[in-house]
Amino acid sequence: MNGFPILSLITFLPVIGMIIILFIPSKMIKEIKITSLIITFLQIILAVVLLGNFNYNAGGIYEVSSFQFIEKFRWIELTGLSWIGTIKVDYFLGADGLSLPMILLTAIVSFIAIISSWNISKSIKGYFALFLLLDTGMMGVFVALDFFLFYIFWELMLLPMYFLIGIWGGPRKEYAAIKFFIYTLFGSVFMLLVMIALYFSAGETLADGRVVYTFNLLALMDPANYLDNGLLSPLNPNNYRLAAYIALFVGFAIKIPMFPFHTWLPDAHVEAPTPISVILAGVLLKMGTYGILRISYPIFPEITEQLAYYIALFGVINIIYGGLVALAQKDFKKLIAYSSVSHMGYVLLGMASMSTTGITGAIFQMFNHGTITAMLFLIVGVIYDRAHTREINGFGGLANKMPIYTGFVTVAFFAAIGLPSLSGFISEALVFVGAFGVAEIRTLTMIGTLGILIGAAYMLWTLQRIFFGEFNTKWENVLHDITFREYAMLIPLTIIIIFLGIYPSAMLDIMNTSVNTLVEFIANGAQNIRISGM
Amino acid sequence: MLENLFKDLSLIYPEIIVSVTLLLVVLFDLIYDKNKTIIPYLGLIGLFAALFYSLGSVDIETHAFIIGDTGNKFGLLSLDPFGNYFRIIILITSILIIFFTKSSSEIHSISERSGEFYTLLLGMVLGMMFMVSASDLIMIYISVEILSLSSYVLTGFTKLRDRDSEASLKYLIYGSASSGIMLFGMSLIYGLIGSTNIYEINEVLQTTSINSIIYSFALILIFAGIGFKISAAPFHFWTPDVYEGAPISITAFLSVASKAAGFALLIRFVKVTFLADNIEGNWILLQGFDWQNFLIIISVLTMTLGNFAALWQDNLKRMLAYSSIAHAGYMLLGIAVLTDQGLLAVMIYFLVYLLMNIGAFYIVMIIANNIGSENINDYNKLGSAAPFLGVSLTIFLISLTGLPPTAGFISKLYIFIALLDVKMIAVAVIAVLNSVVSLYYYIRVLKHMFINETDKTVPEIKVSLNDVVFILILLVPTLILGVYFSPIVDFAQAFLSILVN
Repeated sequence: MNGFPILSLITFLPVIGMIIILFIPSKMIKEIKITSLIITFLQIILAVVLLGNFNYNAGGIYEVSSFQFIEKFRWIELTGLSWIGTIKVDYFLGADGLSLPMILLTAIVSFIAIISSWNISKSIKGYFALFLLLDTGMMGVFVALDFFLFYIFWELMLLPMYFLIGIWGGPRKEYAAIKFFIYTLFGSVFMLLVMIALYFSAGETLADGRVVYTFNLLALMDPANYLDNGLLSPLNPNNYRLAAYIALFVGFAIKIPMFPFHTWLPDAHVEAPTPISVILAGVLLKMGTYGILRISYPIFPEITEQLAYYIALFGVINIIYGGLVALAQKDFKKLIAYSSVSHMGYVLLGMASMSTTGITGAIFQMFNHGTITAMLFLIVGVIYDRAHTREINGFGGLANKMPIYTGFVTVAFFAAIGLPSLSGFISEALVFVGAFGVAEIRTLTMIGTLGILIGAAYMLWTLQRIFFGEFNTKWENVLHDITFREYAMLIPLTIIIIFLGIYPSAMLDIMNTSVNTLVEFIANGAQNIRISGM
Repeated sequence: MLENLFKDLSLIYPEIIVSVTLLLVVLFDLIYDKNKTIIPYLGLIGLFAALFYSLGSVDIETHAFIIGDTGNKFGLLSLDPFGNYFRIIILITSILIIFFTKSSSEIHSISERSGEFYTLLLGMVLGMMFMVSASDLIMIYISVEILSLSSYVLTGFTKLRDRDSEASLKYLIYGSASSGIMLFGMSLIYGLIGSTNIYEINEVLQTTSINSIIYSFALILIFAGIGFKISAAPFHFWTPDVYEGAPISITAFLSVASKAAGFALLIRFVKVTFLADNIEGNWILLQGFDWQNFLIIISVLTMTLGNFAALWQDNLKRMLAYSSIAHAGYMLLGIAVLTDQGLLAVMIYFLVYLLMNIGAFYIVMIIANNIGSENINDYNKLGSAAPFLGVSLTIFLISLTGLPPTAGFISKLYIFIALLDVKMIAVAVIAVLNSVVSLYYYIRVLKHMFINETDKTVPEIKVSLNDVVFILILLVPTLILGVYFSPIVDFAQAFLSILVN
């Protein structure tokens, strides 16, 4: 794979697709859809190529040499202002065990969402063009290793997402779209400030006294690069590292979404069309937790240790609160949306444990939640397409009427609950084992396990209300079983869920070395910063 | 003596070219009674010649028009790369605005008076060009007046609606009051220091420290005059009415060029008059008046007021007026940090602002040409009726919000870099939160264009090839500079130096 820019290709392929689509006349609906399908399918192939060439023993995280598929060249270099030094921005992409699962997830979920978009009927050209632009933004976030680049990709998704919810959404789409946009931007402007502050805090001092500042994430992770008087330098006794950490964390937490920043999520999900809900839950939410692991953890190891308890606390609040609110929902889609809040809480709890088991569980849970929730939203979409309502109590006895559909639903529901032999079980178990091993958060973890119970309650109750009991004859002529297109979306996800439930090592091995590297790096980093009395 | 005069005149060729063009326009207007179509082209030739000359004279750094004894070192004008940069900005804007007026149906309707129109337009340009290099209080006052008198008339020039005359009158009253106030401040400074030349004032201030209430009072009065030109709060009240009432081309011109001239004047005034020392790009100002905190308060007030007032506007011209007030707030922060880094940020900001703001106004103008309205509620579904305009306006508005990957992000980024460089964290937080607020009203336009449904039939929008070319000229750099911003920063850096004592 040497020299072949595969990560650039996988990232910018959708943009190429978007440009092609813009040149296709808007009447040629089929061609537009097929182009999108081909582009996302090629993305999956590229992701599989990545997987095939992936070296399982390279850790990545902080070492350039152990990152894979690296592409790095100088993008912007500005000299001349001696007093602020040289500005350097690199075009720097790379993958490690942390990003590869997310790349795979993005490719799979995008492909499935394109299939799910087949029955979009309003301005099709615009829809698929925006969808592909969104795809580039998401993929870019997971492969960027330069903070500046990361930020650009991060912001790149906002506008397409705004329009995708706003134009193709439900009755309250305008409100939901603007709420999503404002919330995320609110978080990301703080990220911008932290990014600039980090930039001024680390750099390389040249012989002539000038400083070369950098946005390179790996350089920012190395305490040796920090300047004595930098705003966020551990060497500076009056540094703002804690405040910066919290600001950055809020930026990521809004995306997760972490309580109390979660209120945009139910609105966005309920109003968004099915494929966009799938993307939102499947990929977008992971960007928050990915950002924390990729940026906050290694750059601020000592603060992470200091605040781990609170991260766990908010994780548990997410689990319990999300679950309880889900229990009270009457709208099927809103229920799934709140279950997402609950399930992302597991990710936070696993991350907060700072142990290999816990963080592995967290990343695995990110992947599994991506596939399981994508499936759940597709399931809601299936029923909504037919009945045009999502009222849980309006249905009943679907099991006889739509047996195959019920089969898929059962798999997805049990995966979400965490039934052994399905993927969700492994990741949740790892999260709890990891978190339970840490004395400080043991009580919290025990409270958190209640979440499984609540999860089982709302899932099973929903299953009962929709699929068992008496059939509502109103739907006699409307509800027919799964179509070919729906098979094409649900079968791959089912296979992944069952396969990873039985053979989780397929995914765990990818991340293992990187997680170990990360855990070790944080422990050492935090200790070093403490020892040097900073 | 005469020799010196010729030497000095050779330094201001661009200004002379514009003056000659202005006279030629008057002459042509008198000679060719029927056919006025040539007049804008005449203006363009003059402006291009002036621009070409300005781009060529990068290295000039000297005082010009020294009056009085031979011992005097400082003149009425100081020519330096910094002034030249703003001169270039103003000339580029003027050229774009002339193309702008050619597509505007408002200006078409007054084509028989286009001689006067372009004369006055060139008069504004001339005033601005002197403003950016004026280094004597008298010269400052005269150049501001040249600009103001022309712009008062142009604001109400079309006389199409009542609000035009109202705007013109309001502008005149506010404008003359504020220039009177500025003149009063200048006379107080002359009384205190005994000179009108800002370099001489600086020399006096270096040796004697003046620390009286009258001194601060006088500076605030002078700032009121400049603040009026850059529409900084609390001297911004005229802006929405005038911007709404004026022809769109003039609104765009006022919001970019006139503001650029005002900023250049303010920067030169602050840096030259009060500079004690420049250590590694940090301006150490003289004691006596706390410019830093003063400017921070003004800028925070300006951007917050501008952004919050823009939230409620239904008229797009009025909304863009408030947005331009907010942008002035960000740019003032670049001065308030009192570093060369901040200065660089302001200079970059103006170049970017020129692209995105004229672009946004141009599209509003095309739509107004077609549907006869600037009201946001008449924009419903226009995005699908005219996709090119819709997408272009989206990009310009996203750039005005400051989101990547557009040039607007780079300009804001440099302002934030300048702020964090001097560790003004609280101010930076206020500034970024303001960006979030601004998103709401910019995105509202997009909501109307793309999302809202309408009962009315969506009018057809005619977009000519000229329009497409004009928009692309602004749009392509807005996007490219967003992902590759080295050229713009290098360009601004080359013009960073201000002639100081």
